[in-house]
Amino acid sequence: MNERNKILDVKDLQTTFFTDSGKVPAVDHIDFHLRDGEILGIVGESGCGKSVTSLSIMGLVPSPPGKITGGEIVYNGRNLIGLSEKEMRQIRGNDIAMIFQEPMTSLNPLFTIGNQMVEAILIHEKGWSKKQAQERAVEMLKLVGLPRADSLLKDYPHQLSGGMRQRVMIAMALVCNPKVLIADEPTTALDVTIQAQILKLMKDLNVRLGTAILLITHDLGVVAETCERVVVMYAGQIIEEAPTKLIFEDPQHPYTKGLIQSVPDMRVKKERLHSIPGNVPKPGSITSGCRFAARCEFAFERCFQENPELYETADVHQTRCFLYDEGRVKSDVHNAFIKS
Amino acid sequence: MSTTPLLKVENLKKYFPVKKGMFGKTVGYVKAVDDVSFFVNEGETLGIVGESGCGKSTTGRVLMRLLEPTDGQIEFDGKDLASLSQEEMRKTRRDIQMVFQDPYASLNPRHTIGKILEEPLIVHGVSDAKERKKKVREFLEIVGLNAYHAKRYPHQFSGGQRQRIGIARALMTNPKLIIADEPVSALDVSIQAQVLNLMQDLQKEFNLTYIFIAHDLGVVRHISDRVAVMYLGKMVEVADSEQLYGKPLHPYTQALLSAVPVPDPDYQKEQIIIEGDIPNPADPPTGCTFHTRCPFKMDICTKVTPQLAEQTNGHSVACHLYTTQVDNDIKQLEGSL
Repeated sequence: MNERNKILDVKDLQTTFFTDSGKVPAVDHIDFHLRDGEILGIVGESGCGKSVTSLSIMGLVPSPPGKITGGEIVYNGRNLIGLSEKEMRQIRGNDIAMIFQEPMTSLNPLFTIGNQMVEAILIHEKGWSKKQAQERAVEMLKLVGLPRADSLLKDYPHQLSGGMRQRVMIAMALVCNPKVLIADEPTTALDVTIQAQILKLMKDLNVRLGTAILLITHDLGVVAETCERVVVMYAGQIIEEAPTKLIFEDPQHPYTKGLIQSVPDMRVKKERLHSIPGNVPKPGSITSGCRFAARCEFAFERCFQENPELYETADVHQTRCFLYDEGRVKSDVHNAFIKS
Repeated sequence: MSTTPLLKVENLKKYFPVKKGMFGKTVGYVKAVDDVSFFVNEGETLGIVGESGCGKSTTGRVLMRLLEPTDGQIEFDGKDLASLSQEEMRKTRRDIQMVFQDPYASLNPRHTIGKILEEPLIVHGVSDAKERKKKVREFLEIVGLNAYHAKRYPHQFSGGQRQRIGIARALMTNPKLIIADEPVSALDVSIQAQVLNLMQDLQKEFNLTYIFIAHDLGVVRHISDRVAVMYLGKMVEVADSEQLYGKPLHPYTQALLSAVPVPDPDYQKEQIIIEGDIPNPADPPTGCTFHTRCPFKMDICTKVTPQLAEQTNGHSVACHLYTTQVDNDIKQLEGSL
């Protein structure tokens, strides 16, 4: 499975915000890749840089104050950083599309669904007639499981429910058959029963159309149910990366462990929840040493002085923690996983 | 834990009129809370769960009389809150306090934390300023902050710390009952666990009774002794939390539980994905309000509203699947047609 083509390869990406109170490295030297047809999760708490990462890929970082200050974002062999706005517009929608948390703010309330979808289609398919575009819109709405697709084109966004609006956004995003879909907290604003519908839809489309999905979320449950591989971010850095199964069975970074244990389990009642002491750091507030050291129960002197690198604890598992220096941990779980 | 109900709610209703036209003629009602009855024992936590628009927050607000109930009784500590005058109710709120969802919106940005925490004491007649200040310092420590934080302003705190302040404010008057409306849903996971643990510790220390309103089923299970599930203004199931999560009876509860993503990739569960959206509360379906999405829909469900009835000890459900009376009802219905 390692031989699959890397459709998106982010190398040493840095995105910095230049604010009145100084430089804020929101994304701080991160490396990861997304393979063909894969669902990769990026998980982390508020301010960890997961959304800025996705905006950087799309070339949508608000500038000023934000700026990509280093690294490469390679899509299909081509570096997206440094492309002109015109070239970038060709990539967006055609190759990489994005959906957001709150579909209402991404849809224009003054235009009908049909209007907005046809506009999007005609921008990318220059030679098409309006009628062709409309047919394509109906086809897409059916694909995402919306009933009465024809009459839906005449509806305004406020006439739809939150779940339906998110389906419309997915339909619009997939209109040009992009290779990559970036979904930034796509179900956070939805109720659980609707969330289950949307996640199922995304998994179906991933299988049917082969669209690779980069799913950004704070919800470990969503990750466990949807993603093949996970990247955990903390304070602008990647602190752990592994296949989903390994992250949950054998989390290595103390932060990942703590995070997993903090989630109340619906199946068994724990007497007391594990909690990570301290607060979630504001972006840019810690710039030296291990970013997690102040909240870590295992922290020792070195953690406050140097920033650990990502140690490869197994072929497929990387952890940014000095506990794994000298490659000393390769657990049974890992060996079993790699053999299978 | 004693078993005397501290709060007993009967047939509580809150209807919001829907007005139309120049003269504001009432053309209908949104039945936000529609004939809800439940009780809360002293020292326990009752969780109320449901999706958006189910009436869980309105229920909390009506109990506090922040919204006036349309009908029904709210018996608290021997008094019927629904029939108290505004002034009597204001005095009673010393015993019932509320913690809100958004710690950013519920603290006045222009007041210091000290002032915010002192306010409830002034309102409820603690006239000695020294005593008030002492109590502020004491409660800041109790919720895990420091006495010197009293001089700071809300924006100087993180979300989790602000929620601790919100909890301290609720505790200032030594209440018996705390209604917490989504107290942790705006917080990050690692902080959420801290606040939940704090709430549990405080419950033991001060013998508090909680009504914990939330949409997160995992959180509710963790903190609640009993859980009530609401759907479109009605309570559809109430049980011990072990019972409710272990053996849910109502098809809605079953679907709701199966829809929650579990952070364990190996966990095999039977996922029931219910189709469709929550109906418009201004125009709810007839009969059982869940029948439009229910996989077990029967004829009777579209016609007769099921009542909440006890099945086994303490486990009540409002669903025709469990009504032994179903046959009789159908006969009656046929007779009347």
